[in-house]
Amino acid sequence: MQIGVPRETRARETRVAATPKTVEQLVGLGYDVAVESGAGEGASFSDEAYAAAGARIVDAEQAWGSSIVHKVNAPSDEEIARLRPGTVLVSLMAPAISPELVERLRAAGVTAMAMDAVPRISRAQSLDVLSSMANIAGYRAVVEAAHEFGSFFTGQVTAAGKVPPAKVLVAGAGVAGLAAVGTARSLGAIVRATDARAEVAEQVESMGADFLAVEMPERDAAQASSDGYAREMGEEYNRRAAELYASQAPDVDIIITTALIPGRPAPRLITGEMVASMKPGSVIVDMAASNGGNVEGAVADELVVTEGGVKIIGYTDLAARLPTQASQLYGTNLVNLMKLLTPGKDGQLVLDFDDVVQRNMTVARDGELLWPPPAIQVSAAPVASTSSSPAASGRQVTKEPEPPKDPRRKYVGLAIGALVFAAIAAVSPSSFLGHFTVFALAVVVGYYVIGHVHHALHTPLMSVTNAISGIIVVGALIQLGQWGGGLGAVVAVLSFVACLVASINIFGGFLVTRRMLTMFRKG
Amino acid sequence: MTGVDTALIQAAYIIAAILFILSLAGLSKHETAKDGNVLGMIGMGVALVATLWLALRGAAWGNAVGIAVAMAIGAVIGIWRARRVEMTGMPELIAMLHSFVGAAAVLVGFNTFLASGSGAGEGGGDGVHLVEIFLGVFIGAVTFTGSIVAFLKLSARISSKPLMLPARHWLNLAAVVVSFGLLVWFVASHSIVPLGFMTAIALAFGWHLVASIGGGDMPVVVSMLNSYSGWAAAAAGFMLGNDLLIVTGALVGSSGAYLSYIMCKAMNRSFVSVIAGGFGSDGAVSDVDVDYGEHRETNAEEVADLLTHAGSVVITPGYGMAVAQAQYPVAELTAKLREKGVDVRFGIHPVAGRLPGHMNVLLAEARVPYDIVLEMDEINDDFPGTDVVLVIGANDTVNPSAAEDPTSPIAGMPVLQVWNAKDVVVFKRSMNAGYAGVQNPLFFRDNSAMLFGDAKERVEDIIKAL
Repeated sequence: MQIGVPRETRARETRVAATPKTVEQLVGLGYDVAVESGAGEGASFSDEAYAAAGARIVDAEQAWGSSIVHKVNAPSDEEIARLRPGTVLVSLMAPAISPELVERLRAAGVTAMAMDAVPRISRAQSLDVLSSMANIAGYRAVVEAAHEFGSFFTGQVTAAGKVPPAKVLVAGAGVAGLAAVGTARSLGAIVRATDARAEVAEQVESMGADFLAVEMPERDAAQASSDGYAREMGEEYNRRAAELYASQAPDVDIIITTALIPGRPAPRLITGEMVASMKPGSVIVDMAASNGGNVEGAVADELVVTEGGVKIIGYTDLAARLPTQASQLYGTNLVNLMKLLTPGKDGQLVLDFDDVVQRNMTVARDGELLWPPPAIQVSAAPVASTSSSPAASGRQVTKEPEPPKDPRRKYVGLAIGALVFAAIAAVSPSSFLGHFTVFALAVVVGYYVIGHVHHALHTPLMSVTNAISGIIVVGALIQLGQWGGGLGAVVAVLSFVACLVASINIFGGFLVTRRMLTMFRKG
Repeated sequence: MTGVDTALIQAAYIIAAILFILSLAGLSKHETAKDGNVLGMIGMGVALVATLWLALRGAAWGNAVGIAVAMAIGAVIGIWRARRVEMTGMPELIAMLHSFVGAAAVLVGFNTFLASGSGAGEGGGDGVHLVEIFLGVFIGAVTFTGSIVAFLKLSARISSKPLMLPARHWLNLAAVVVSFGLLVWFVASHSIVPLGFMTAIALAFGWHLVASIGGGDMPVVVSMLNSYSGWAAAAAGFMLGNDLLIVTGALVGSSGAYLSYIMCKAMNRSFVSVIAGGFGSDGAVSDVDVDYGEHRETNAEEVADLLTHAGSVVITPGYGMAVAQAQYPVAELTAKLREKGVDVRFGIHPVAGRLPGHMNVLLAEARVPYDIVLEMDEINDDFPGTDVVLVIGANDTVNPSAAEDPTSPIAGMPVLQVWNAKDVVVFKRSMNAGYAGVQNPLFFRDNSAMLFGDAKERVEDIIKAL
């Protein structure tokens, strides 16, 4: 089957749905790939590079006429008109907030798969464009902020004076937020992050930022996220969160907001009052500007400077500002999807609705509306919820924690052992006790000597102990040497055999040890 | 026997015993290990010369010839085996050598009884001496058959699956109880009949004991048998009144016991539970239906690419590497990457392989320098800063559920925390579970990729792609 990669037509879009590298992988899956001439221009991929990777360079008509069309953005009305019924269209669609688009796709009779409707389960992560794009956007948000910010991010002590480090507040610690935290940290800023989900605190701290928790009197059990995305929070929570932001705003230099709830307008986190309380020259990046914005006064795709001198960046094309990398990651997500859809690796696309990933992504097929998909439970749900409902997890076996051992038992055991030994010793001949003294001391010496042996030498250690336990030959030797007519032939034969096998140990053990030890060498 | 002779022989034995201790002490470091082995040989030489002198005084020529022939045959077989053995076959050889000690202990025990049956010999026919003989034969017989089963399992002549007889714990207990009864009878009657019965029971007991332990627990079994062979030698020392045998046996016995202890700690299991049977044999395997997600497959070219751009690489081999004989290509890969300036190290789990320290020997054979082969505790903290981890034929020893899932059968077992590295490539033949029968969530992590196929061929593919 042919995969068409048309040129993106949306304003300011620089990305493309395939790169030469991913074209190669798609060809490897058995597909013909037709790339519209100039499709990769914005992302610095030339037609020649695509052709070299095995793609055909075609005009728009042919690209749209393919049986599978890969795109970044949802198609416009004119583009939908170019699609033939039965075509498989894969692109971002935001089905939850654009029902009219879904309806038009349904009416066009195409099979529409939304790359932004991949369920958040671990095996689908390799196709999750929201994650891969959010990662890029988070990085770029910091770069944009740094561009507009009038100072260093990192603190320095110079001959001309001391430069304090910038303070960055990241609201929302999802993929974008964590990427922003990491980028700001690596530029040297002091970074703080907040999130409604207390369980992400550890991730934030692992990136080197401080987690600012919103203090709640008691956590509402229902707020634990079951689909991996943040949810809208309750009244009380919002009030306390607002207090936190209000107290942080005057202190920090940069605020980056990433709070997006799928299918809903973005929550208002930063009010005009808070913006006004910030120092002049501070920068706010509102990554949710396309959905209405987290920040009061943010305008989508624009840079607004307030009266107080605070710059509010509302760019919605942050990921597209890194077009080469964004296209590569988006393209790889598409390749991973195609791997899933091409079980035979023969260029034949097979849709399997028993697979929740494929079912979830498909919003329309053959004139049938398939959105919204049936709800699924995410496997990566927090541990607390699975342990409270064991039926859902299939793990029924709960191990009783072992009760701590009573230390007195040990002493009692030792005392009993000593008494038993004393009783045996009392009836033993003195020669036995003499030997036993030697034995006991040798055990202790052995324990300490062996305790120091390097792990790497355990095998040579075993073969040496094999060799020296061949010392049992001593017994056989004496019996064989002292054998005389008074003892039966049985004794002679037995001691002969004993002598023989023990000798194998002695010679074999030492020799193989030497062979092994000569192999160990230092680099 | 004059006083001076006895004193000289005693002196020789003391010197030999000290040399043995120094020999084991020498093995604690790579630098002194070879010297340690030489000291052991000297000690053995001293002991043999002294014993021969003692044994052959006034003996007939025939006896001397008998000794010479026996030792010569033994030496030839031993030297032949030692030269021929493959390093992957070390576990089998060690198990075989254990069985010889066990066999010798049984034979010496019987002989001692037969020779002293008339009331002669040290300690006379008194109770303590009989108990010594009985114990020596018992331990020797258990060691003998146990080691043979271990040998057969390790050399894949029989299945390494645990043998599950009904009421197997009761069978073991019955063997011990009956043997104790026979001991009482033996001491009371001075008859060879109970000794013979006990030997038969002990042989069956040793067989069953090891047969019911699975292949992955072999490091514990082999070190346990090492320990038993030591105790058998010590028991022989008691019955012969020979301090050198007692010292040597005690050294070996405690050495094996210590190794078993290390191995058990490395699996977070008690010694008793290892001896009582394999993982999950009590039906403790809990989860089957948990959705771990889907694994990601990779290929040799991608791995080669990953390795070329990596700054630091850690390789964690397991028994699978030995099975596939992949240590040579792995060593070649290591050398190539080190030439390119990549920091390559090895992380060895204590129970990797079928013998304590087995992986180290295999890597040494393939000429991997030992100073880049680190043990688990030395390398675990370094994984977060590692770019790529290659897991070659290891499974349970890199299972994150041991650290993270308290309901897992292997919970609490210390493991190599490879998942903290940036990328993990797992070489595996299939998605089957490891020895513990526990699924490994590592394979489904986002930073792991699976490279399926024979480890040796795959590593060779990577070398080609480099």
